[in-house]
Order: sequence, then structure tokens, then C-alpha cells
Amino acid sequence: MSTLDSKVPEGPLKDKWTTYKDKIDLVNPANKRKIDIIVIGTGLAGGSASATLAEQGYNVKAFCYQDSPRRAHSIAAQGGINAAKNYQGDGDSNYRLFYDTVKGGDYRSREANVYRLAEVSGNIIDQCVAQGVPFARDYGGLLDNRSFGGVLVSRTFYAKGQTGQQLLLGAYSAMNRQIARGKIEMYNRHEMLDIVKVDGKARGIIARNLITGELERHSAHAVVIASGGYGNLYFLSTNAMGSNVTAAWKTHKKGAFFANPCFTQIHPTCIPRSGDYQSKLTLMSESLRNDGRIWVPAKLEDVMAIREGKKKPTDLSEDERDYYLERRYPAFGNLVPRDVASRAAKERCDAGYGVNKTGEAVYLDFKSAIERYGKEQAKIHNEKDASAQRIYDLGKDIVEAKYGNLFQMYEKIVDEDPYKTPMMIYPATHYTMGGLWVDYNLMTTVEGCYAIGEANFSDHGANRLGASALMQGLADGYFVLPYTIGDYLSDDIRTGRIPTDTDAFEEAENSVKTTLDKLINTGGTKAVDYFHKKLGNIIWNKVGMSRNEAGLKEAIAEIQELRADFWKNVRVPGGTHEVNRELEKAGRVADFLELGELFAQDALTREESCGGHFREESVEIDGPQKGEAKRDDENFTFVSAWEYKGNPSESQLHKEELKYENIELKQRSYK
Amino acid sequence: MNLTLKIWRQEDAKSPGKMVTYPISNIEGHMSFLEMMDILNDELIEKGEEPVAFDHDCREGICGMCSMYINGEAHGPDRRVTTCQLHMRMFKDGETIHIEPFRANSFPVLKDLMVDRGAFDRIQQAGGYISVNTSGNTQDANSLPIPKADADLAMDAATCIGCGACVATCKNSSAMLFVSAKVSQYALLPQGRVEAKDRVLNMVNQMDIEGFGNCTNTGACEVECPKGISLDNIARMNRELIKAKA
Repeated sequence: MSTLDSKVPEGPLKDKWTTYKDKIDLVNPANKRKIDIIVIGTGLAGGSASATLAEQGYNVKAFCYQDSPRRAHSIAAQGGINAAKNYQGDGDSNYRLFYDTVKGGDYRSREANVYRLAEVSGNIIDQCVAQGVPFARDYGGLLDNRSFGGVLVSRTFYAKGQTGQQLLLGAYSAMNRQIARGKIEMYNRHEMLDIVKVDGKARGIIARNLITGELERHSAHAVVIASGGYGNLYFLSTNAMGSNVTAAWKTHKKGAFFANPCFTQIHPTCIPRSGDYQSKLTLMSESLRNDGRIWVPAKLEDVMAIREGKKKPTDLSEDERDYYLERRYPAFGNLVPRDVASRAAKERCDAGYGVNKTGEAVYLDFKSAIERYGKEQAKIHNEKDASAQRIYDLGKDIVEAKYGNLFQMYEKIVDEDPYKTPMMIYPATHYTMGGLWVDYNLMTTVEGCYAIGEANFSDHGANRLGASALMQGLADGYFVLPYTIGDYLSDDIRTGRIPTDTDAFEEAENSVKTTLDKLINTGGTKAVDYFHKKLGNIIWNKVGMSRNEAGLKEAIAEIQELRADFWKNVRVPGGTHEVNRELEKAGRVADFLELGELFAQDALTREESCGGHFREESVEIDGPQKGEAKRDDENFTFVSAWEYKGNPSESQLHKEELKYENIELKQRSYK
Repeated sequence: MNLTLKIWRQEDAKSPGKMVTYPISNIEGHMSFLEMMDILNDELIEKGEEPVAFDHDCREGICGMCSMYINGEAHGPDRRVTTCQLHMRMFKDGETIHIEPFRANSFPVLKDLMVDRGAFDRIQQAGGYISVNTSGNTQDANSLPIPKADADLAMDAATCIGCGACVATCKNSSAMLFVSAKVSQYALLPQGRVEAKDRVLNMVNQMDIEGFGNCTNTGACEVECPKGISLDNIARMNRELIKAKA
């Protein structure tokens, strides 16, 4: 179909982006002043795009639902950001970063986009340092790196365990400079509730002022969706409470195809649920798996004794423990990729070996690491007769220096000392690789509407590697979109301001108003969270870490039923023209209830296992890989792009075939 | 455990507010403070009453959105945590908990426990940045070595989450800890020296325009700061200011 033209430029992979930039149309500085751009979301992608577009001279209107752009959820990213700088001299290159990212994504991402990402990654670090981002440094004053998530080089730059925060504050500072100049109009506490199309082109939005409740019309020559991912579909995730799919979903309903919705990342190391009241899950950085060993008791009777409090994990001897990752994957052990580690934890817990009262937790144990570091330190300090206690103390100091802030965070939440007793962890929804389909220019199938960062689908395939989300958000916002959007806007220099007193805006505003009124007036009795939790349960159990045909079909039927129930029985107190947090939540959950169905539909259609998407029907039946995920390159080397047809279940599937010209498709093996 | 909550309710910025009492039961120690508030709100909704409006988002202590004043302390009785990281095990069965918004003239109440911290954004807009374009055509990141000690101190200052606990805690409603954290981050780095004078003058000027009080060195802000931002930053900002005016 012509609508799914990825517009990847011709020529060798390494030259595509440079050649492309040389040939695109530019907008002269005087004309940029005549052009308005709306940006939805102020995380790493939206924040960096807003700042750069404003610097270039465009008039930017930026929107966020938080009370300040600095609070977007990029702020919570812990680990780091990848860049192919090769500062460590360990053989890194743009090609290696490209290769690792495509392979990590289980060969379901677009080659040209990923190569461009690798190409601009180095610039990101230069830019951020110039902005004053305080990255970690070594004693010589140069930038430090660490290794991350199953790659063979050290290319991850970091700022303690708060890399996302520092990068976002960098983008926020660049925005502030433009807000002060009047080039960015910042709309805090505003939520986009619809996109407005004029003659087929995205020309504006309807936004609700979350303080007054008023609906506002905003026009522009292009609209950029940078509203992040949809992990909150699961109710419990590592996302912020307000993270939502509304902007992307409304755009989808107006013609933007939604790509690979079922590609979700379930992160293996999160703090487990403690009860039904739980509102969100907290991540423990992947870096812990470098030193922690994951296990459950080998015998069910020990599991029971631990759950009943009759035994402690530390009572179990080595042969009473099952280090299942080391057992199943001797080559990679505890350092298998995220998708594999998550599934293995679920397999043990499903078999009844979960170690907390909910049965959904495994141990992450630092005892061996403390002992190993302790012995090493004793040797360094020439303490030949160090006691066991002395070795423990020395080792504990090293572990504390490496992971102290994470251990403290764990202790605050769980009220147990992880130096003394193993941590309990369980997988949780963390990131969504799927999102709005975009071409090489990052434009959706709605002309003039772009999607960047986690909100689009393009770079991570079916599984994202650690430290690459921050890289993609900033690459899109600082270095890719500002070029590609100019090529489109060069046709708009004579258009003039887009008026908002037109039928298109009137219609969109009325439809938003109708929906809000409907939510207020259902006359139901149940709080929004009741439905959101039910939806989360369906998705987690049937479209979670492991999926099968029967379960997916049930999920679709249950979600349809739940959606009908929602519109009849939800209670939203208060009115539309005031601060109304329940109304905000209700609107978001209404959209999740639609996306959820498409999500299950997509998982049903993809009859292969790849990356985070594991279909129980598609496993290796024998040989050394027995029981592992089986990808089907012959039939599924494509992007699923869904077109909305009035109902999620009637969505039409379009396929973008993925061509791999620079990389050989291989099976991922970790045995 | 069973608790009595006394919560500030206020319809909007213009209406007067008052403390309202709500009993709540079956609260577990493992719940976070905001999960306890979620339970209260779901109960209120089911009864047909209006839930309590409060700001929150990441629920892991980093976004800076949550902002309650609990039993007379910003972010409650625990140390080095935000309200979302506060757990109910810090309270005792039968206790009465007073929950108010962050109070300062420069943080007007919007509704119930929500306040407007726009003044913080405006102070940042006055100079909390380095004037470098985001073209990426800067020098190579490693062409500018920075002593590790300076980089670490800059990082410590940069961890401020902009929650406003310092202002809410200060008897003068001073924003010195917040402003000095940003001024310090850049003052400690060579990239920030170029505009250091203008930055400190402009940010302090905006802080005064917003109506924040002055610092009298009581140090309460440092105690209540969830990120442990040090009072040293205020001293550093004062030095920067004196140098700029000299």
C-alpha cells in the first residue's frame, strides 16, 4: 500500500542520512517565524524537540499534563545512555551500536532508522556536556562509561543512578531559554484530547486546561506527538501514574496507523507487589544483575515454609537453592537479556516456587558477591587471616559503593535489609516498543503529524536494550525531527496562521465535549481505578509475558465486556469545568480500554515468538534450544501497522516488510 | 491500623479552605502514603463525595510532583524521601494525621492539596541554563576535562527535584536552597562560568520578584530536602552574588 511507504532514502546505509540532509528543502529563517508547531509532551523527545525547533526560529507551543515540563517521566530513567564514542577504545563503532540494537530488538526494527540513531548518538553526549549535564567522570576528568545489558563494549554514559533526570533537566534548561525568549509558549497542566485535521493535514489540537477545565483550540502547521509509552495499560507498571496513551490513541483514531502494539518490555528486576492496594511498581536497575544471583528454593516444602515465615531464605543451603538462570543458561547465566530473564521468573512462579505471599517473587542474592569482593579486598589489604565477619564487612563496602542508592530505595519500600537477606524481585511492565507508525521522517500516516521518542515504534523492534531509550528520545528531538520537519514545512511558508474558528475545530471540540459529558453523566457507582485494575489483570494474565491463542481470544472478549461495563457503571464525581482528577483518569482509561483490545488482536495475529512477545505455540520443540522462543522470519519479518476502522476489533492490518541488507538474521542463543 | 485523617479541603484558589476529618481503617504498613490516599479517595467516590485532589506522578521520588505537608513536615516524618516514598509503617495505629498543602504566598493553593509552583519555573527561565544551541555541533565531550570532585559536587546540586519542600519548610518561605542548587551546578562547571554573573543576578532577582523570603540560616530546608541538597549551596550562591555585584 502506498500509505506504508517508509521513505527510506536510497544509497548505502552509512550515507543515507548525510545524503538525505544534503538534499532536503529548507525553510529560511524569516519564514520560520511564520510557522507554528505544536509539541505534545515534554520528556526527552518532546523537550529536546521543542527547544531545538524554537532555536531554529519556529513558534512552538508545548503541552504537558504535569505542573512543569521538568516532571515528564523520562526523569525516572536510572541506568544510562548509549553512545558509540569508543572512548574506552574497546572497538565500539556506529556499526556495532547499530548491530547490537537490531539484534537486541530480535530483528523487528527498521535498519535505516537504527543506523541513523547510532550515527547521531555521539553528538548527543557532546551536546549534553555543553549544556552542563554532570555525567560521571574518572579521576582524569574525562567521561566514565559502564557496560550494560548483554553487549560486549562499555558505551553507556551515566549520571549516578539518575541519568534520565539529568538529561531531562538539560533539555528543560534548553526549553527554559526559549520560553524566556518567547519562542516556546508553555502550556503546563494541559492535556491534548484530540487532533484536528484540515484538508487531511494535522493542523491543531483540542486541549483541556486541567485547572479551569476549559477546552481550548490551538492551531499549528504541524503537530508532534511525544507523549511517551502506554505501559499503564497494565495498571501496574514502572510508568508514572499519569502516563497515558490518549494523545497517540486520538491520533490513531484520526488516521495514524498504530504499529506493533503488542511489543512490550517486561523488565525482570522490579520490586514485587505487596498487596491489592498497590498503585505502581518500582524498578531496580538492571545493573544489579552484574553481581546478584537469582534463585528460588529447589523444594516446594521450603517455599511453603518461607511463605509461612517458618524459614528464612538465608536458612537454605546451596543445594537447597535453584539458581534457575544459571541452570538453564550456563553461558549467560544471570545476564541473559530482559525478555529471557522475565519469562524464566514467571515460569518458576507459575510452577509454585514464588517466595512471597502473592507467589510472585524470586530472590536476587548478593551474598556471593559480598564474599567475593570481601576476599579480594582482604587480599589487597594483605589481611591473610581475615575472619568471615571481616570479609563480609569489606565486601559489603564495595557493594554499597556500587549500588547503595538502590539498596536504600529497596529498604524504604520493603522494610528489609538487602545486605542481610536477599532482595525479592519480579518482572513488571516497563517500556513499550510499539507505538505510532512513522516513516524515515518520523511522520505518521497523518500528513503533518509526527511521532517521536517512546510514542513511535521504529527503533527497538521487539525488545529494547538497556540505555537505548534515552538515546532514541534525544536523537529524535535534537537531531532528527528538526531536519525532517523542515522538509515538510517548506511548503507551508505562504499558508499563514491556521484559523481556529472553522468547522474542523468546532467538530473536534464538540466531540471532546460530548465524551467528557458522557463520562460525568453515566450515573454509575464504581471508581475509575476499579476498571483500570480489572483491565490490568486481563492484560497481565493473558497478554503479559506469555501469550497463547485461546487466552488472547478470551482477553479480547473480556476487554470488550469491560469496556461496555465501564461506560455504564463508572462514576466520575464533580464537573467538567474544574480541577477533576477523576475525569482525567476516566478519559485515559477509556482509551486504554480500546487500545487493550487492539493490543491483544496484534498479539493474536503475530503467530511467532520474538523479543518480548512470546507465543506459547511458537517454541523450539527439540535440539539444544528446546523450550525457547522461536522466531519465524519467513512469515513475520514485518511491522504490523493497524488502521482504525471505527472499532478496535475491526482494525485493518497493513504490513511494512522489513529488509535486512546490512545484517544477517540469526537466532539469539544464550545457552 | 486505623487512623484519623485531618485534611485541608479547598474548592479552588479563591475559596476559603478548612480542615475536614476522615476516619480510615485497615491500613497496612507496607502501603505508601499515597496508596492510603488512593483508598480514601475510592471510598469517597463510592459514597458519592468528591475525592481529595493532590499532585503526584512518578511515585518513586524523582519527578518532584507530590507535595504534602504531613504532621507539620514537608513530605512527612521520614527523612530523604518524598511523600510518595513515605510508608504507613512510619505511623501508629490510632494516630491522627494532619495533611496540608505546601504553604507559601508564592505557592498559591489551586485545590485541596495542590499548589501552583510556577514561580520555580519562572526562576529557571530567568537564567537556569547555559546559552548553547542544541545543534550538536559543539566540541567533543572529552575535549573539556572536569575534575571529578567538581563534577561530583555539581551532580549533588543537580539532583534537586524542584518539589518545593525547602520553601514549605522555611519559616521565611525562602527559595534559596532551590535557586542555589541550580546556580551551584553551573558555577562548579567550566561550561557555566561564561554566564555566571548574569545567571546569579537574574535568578536571584526573579526569586525576589516572586516574593520568596530571605535566608536566615536555620537550615530546616536541608533537613527536609528529600534529596539532601546541602546548605553549602546557599553559601556558594551568596559568594557568586557578591562576586557578580562587585
